[in-house]
Amino acid sequence: MMQAVAIPPFERFYEEHRSDVLRLLRRRLGADRAEDAFQETFLRALRAYGRLDHGEHLRAWVLTIAQNVALDTLRRTRPTSELVEAAAADAEPAYAGLAELTDGLGPKERAAVVLRYGYDLSYDQIATALGSSPDAARQATSTGVRRIRRRITS
Amino acid sequence: MTVSPDLDRRFRDTAAELGLIDVGFDVVDSPIGDLLVAASDRGLAAISFDSDPEDQLERLARIAGPRVLRSPRSVDLARRELDEYFEGRRRNFDVSLDLRALPPFTLSVLDELARVPYGETTTYGKLALRVGHPRAARAVGTVMNRNRIPIVLPCHRVVGATGSLTGYAGGLDVKERLLELEGAR
Repeated sequence: MMQAVAIPPFERFYEEHRSDVLRLLRRRLGADRAEDAFQETFLRALRAYGRLDHGEHLRAWVLTIAQNVALDTLRRTRPTSELVEAAAADAEPAYAGLAELTDGLGPKERAAVVLRYGYDLSYDQIATALGSSPDAARQATSTGVRRIRRRITS
Repeated sequence: MTVSPDLDRRFRDTAAELGLIDVGFDVVDSPIGDLLVAASDRGLAAISFDSDPEDQLERLARIAGPRVLRSPRSVDLARRELDEYFEGRRRNFDVSLDLRALPPFTLSVLDELARVPYGETTTYGKLALRVGHPRAARAVGTVMNRNRIPIVLPCHRVVGATGSLTGYAGGLDVKERLLELEGAR
């Protein structure tokens, strides 16, 4: 049996990914708003950290959280059309193999499908990344999969 | 992209304030060298003479959980009491201790150890006697050796039957200095 990758102590995880998270948030939000979003991103990660099942794909996980925090920030401050553009930019293929398949899904569904099937994350982890409940994460994933199936069979 | 010290500090403080970390730690300077001090919401969990966090992160995670974060705020209380102790203004520590997951024998030995008064010494054999296992001096030595919270749990006050210092995680010179500080030598 494969040994699950151990979950690193949070300090190590934080030190490894904080620069990338800040870079992403600055690009999306500008320097000022990036600071609050940075804090929010790592607080969300910290809240879920004790429930992680394994230490794989943590970079993808925390960047997805950051993208969702950025979206939440934009949603509070910008009109919807810009939001859609930002969401599309955020949904840059985090996992290349699924990129084409997930084209055309909404940002949440797309993120859920990629995290579930590209990164093999649990619904708990996906929920944290999306800032929703595990049930909602499961729902978004299955809606996404249904849409993909409908498109490739039609 | 460098995270500014200010932003970094704000995140660490907020995480501690919200009670989101299992164990917070910081490096505390002292007359016997830098100490790595760690505390959970239950209390002081570890003091290490090896103050390089890289060496201690996994150990702290095993004690209290994976949410290990450097957070000066988490160890404020312990830092203050240690400062007072090293300045000779404190004889007993009031900070609560996180001794979770230690086996019963270890706990009973540490409990007796905590009663050894400031400025006095005892021996491994006497401690063994006091926990009701007169022949377990060696096992008591092992407990001292693995003491997670030296200084506060004063294993430096335990010496060999002949009065020799025998051993100490921080080095015999540190043991000697602590005993001198307390006026025991």
